[in-house]
Amino acid sequence: MKTERIQLDHGAGGRASQDLVAKTFMPALANPILTELNDSALLEFQGVRLAMSTDSYVVDPIFFPGGDIGSLAVHGTVNDLAMRGAQPTYFSVGFILEEGLELTDLERLVTSMAAAAREAGVQVVAADTKVVDRGKADRIFINTAGIGIIAPGVDVAGQNARPGDIVLINGPMGDHGVAVLSTREGFSFQTEIKSDSASLNGLVAAMLAASNKIHVLRDPTRGGVATALNEVAKQSGVGIRLEESNLPVRPDVNAACEMLGLDPLYVANEGKALVFVAPEDAELVLNAMRQHPLGEEACVIGEVVSEHPERVVLQTGIGGRRIVDMLSGEQLPRIC
Amino acid sequence: MKYVDEYRDPELAKGVVTAIREKSRTPVRFMEVCGTHTVAIFRSGLKELLPETVGLISGPGCPVCVTAPEDIDRAIMLCRQPEVTVATFGDLMRVPGSDSSLHQEKARGADVRMVYASLDALELARKHRDRMIVMLGIGFETTIPTIAAALHQARQEGLENFLVFSAHKLLPPALDALLSAEEVHIDGFLCPGHVTTIIGTNPYQEVVDQYGKPCAISGFEPVDILQSLYMLVSQIEEARCEVEIQYTRAVRPEGNPRAREMMEEVFEHADSLWRGLGPIPQSGLMLRDKYRAHAAESHYDLTVPPAGEMPGCRCGEVLRGVCTPPECDLFRKRCTPTDPYGPCMVSSEGTCGAYFKYHDE
Repeated sequence: MKTERIQLDHGAGGRASQDLVAKTFMPALANPILTELNDSALLEFQGVRLAMSTDSYVVDPIFFPGGDIGSLAVHGTVNDLAMRGAQPTYFSVGFILEEGLELTDLERLVTSMAAAAREAGVQVVAADTKVVDRGKADRIFINTAGIGIIAPGVDVAGQNARPGDIVLINGPMGDHGVAVLSTREGFSFQTEIKSDSASLNGLVAAMLAASNKIHVLRDPTRGGVATALNEVAKQSGVGIRLEESNLPVRPDVNAACEMLGLDPLYVANEGKALVFVAPEDAELVLNAMRQHPLGEEACVIGEVVSEHPERVVLQTGIGGRRIVDMLSGEQLPRIC
Repeated sequence: MKYVDEYRDPELAKGVVTAIREKSRTPVRFMEVCGTHTVAIFRSGLKELLPETVGLISGPGCPVCVTAPEDIDRAIMLCRQPEVTVATFGDLMRVPGSDSSLHQEKARGADVRMVYASLDALELARKHRDRMIVMLGIGFETTIPTIAAALHQARQEGLENFLVFSAHKLLPPALDALLSAEEVHIDGFLCPGHVTTIIGTNPYQEVVDQYGKPCAISGFEPVDILQSLYMLVSQIEEARCEVEIQYTRAVRPEGNPRAREMMEEVFEHADSLWRGLGPIPQSGLMLRDKYRAHAAESHYDLTVPPAGEMPGCRCGEVLRGVCTPPECDLFRKRCTPTDPYGPCMVSSEGTCGAYFKYHDE
């Protein structure tokens, strides 16, 4: 049976998304930079290395515990740049507004966006607005694009992981996905879970200052930690071994996931970074992370191995072993 | 998390594994009937902790997988009606029918909603009185009482636009069919805890009496499953054959009589077609006369031609425990979770999906 139309899982960040990129976008648009498939593109420009990235935001609802679509549109793109080791500088913003959106809501979102931009140290230098008929969009969609400067000597990319690298994360998994989900119609459980949506460039700068042996940074957004790790394993041609008992998940997020049949490894984050660092510097980087407000709960979750290349393997809590595949299908639509 | 962490305790697990290793002499093969067990077994990597003498095979307990392709075609037929909103549990969305799936129909514009509880579908019916809300009744005894309760409520409220398409399945007749076919050798059953909270242990007594196969009613955490396997191994080694309850924190021998009354109130037994197992007498449910006005087939002609064979698909054999997914030529090639060919790859409880996701092949 041939799939001939776009389905929701094409946007989920997992296998179907990758197929769409590989079979539809790449043949038409490929060039050596795009083909690298990193969170941001690396551009060399008269001796200066720039990172460039773009992302569109369609999260539903537009206000959620711990954030909103305005700040998220800044955080997400800032993080895509930061995951290349870049310091974000200039942003563009495109708004697609649905006829009937309340102006006070738009004002709230723009204010929140401005605050997020200030905090991350970026300036919005170009913008565009389009309005479509009622029903042709859902209140507001936002696209942001940004560029950042990569300091000399910094070389962080998805293909740089090496056997022996230690894998760190700056805090518990799944907060964003569960926070957004908890506001949706039909989910009547009460939680205090807030999205982790945040700009990670400050944390990344602190880590890069502590060590020049950080090989890979990746933000586990759609598809969660499992999908992000699989991408790195594939890009670098290495295996990754995780220890289930080390995976950080808040108890309330865990409870919500149990109830809904979700696996926190696949739930989206918007303020988390996976860090691959040479073993000799792991302690150093971990300490630098823990001294930053967004890394207080940082911990080791696994290591890079030369066995089982391109596979992520989990040592389970009871001492068994299984693979961790990337996300297949759509867990939660419109999470970011 | 309380009531979960205790049952994932590494030390406890190791202790039970050691006990199984010490006890087990005779090579045995147990069937885990329930899809949730299959997934728990794979997710915890439990199989490789077992001694070589203890084998596990997966059975027909994934509700989506055993739904006949004809019933998927009927669901698709329903969602193509302009005034119909189909409400379904998520797993069913991607299961391929003869020429489409609910997922594809949704992309083409059909109104298909994923719900997490039958009462959510009832709420849709209250909110959208101009639409016909059809809840797809898929599942075993665990979910049937909730659908029955929704129907009971709909009748009381006079919600004429709430319909149910009942493709429910009953578990005991399937075990009977599996055992009487004698196609696959099974030494005992790891029985589904949640279904048993409703039906109680009586139905398994027949398996014990008639076929001489030990049964252990198991919870869903790794330590639960290991402990249940220990019970089964002990029965074999001690030449006992009985129904034992491991999942005592949820299961009572008598089950849940109130839930069964609700089922009885709304549904009566009917013959049902299973994917993989074929037609099994009295293994399904249809709405009683009193509730017929809420039956989808009372409003729509759901006659469909018999679904053709799906060439190469071995889901039927997988569901009967006759073959394992990697033995199927389509596995990981033509059939993946993104573009599934057979239902056992689609469902989060399906054996093929579990092999694909968790098993290093």
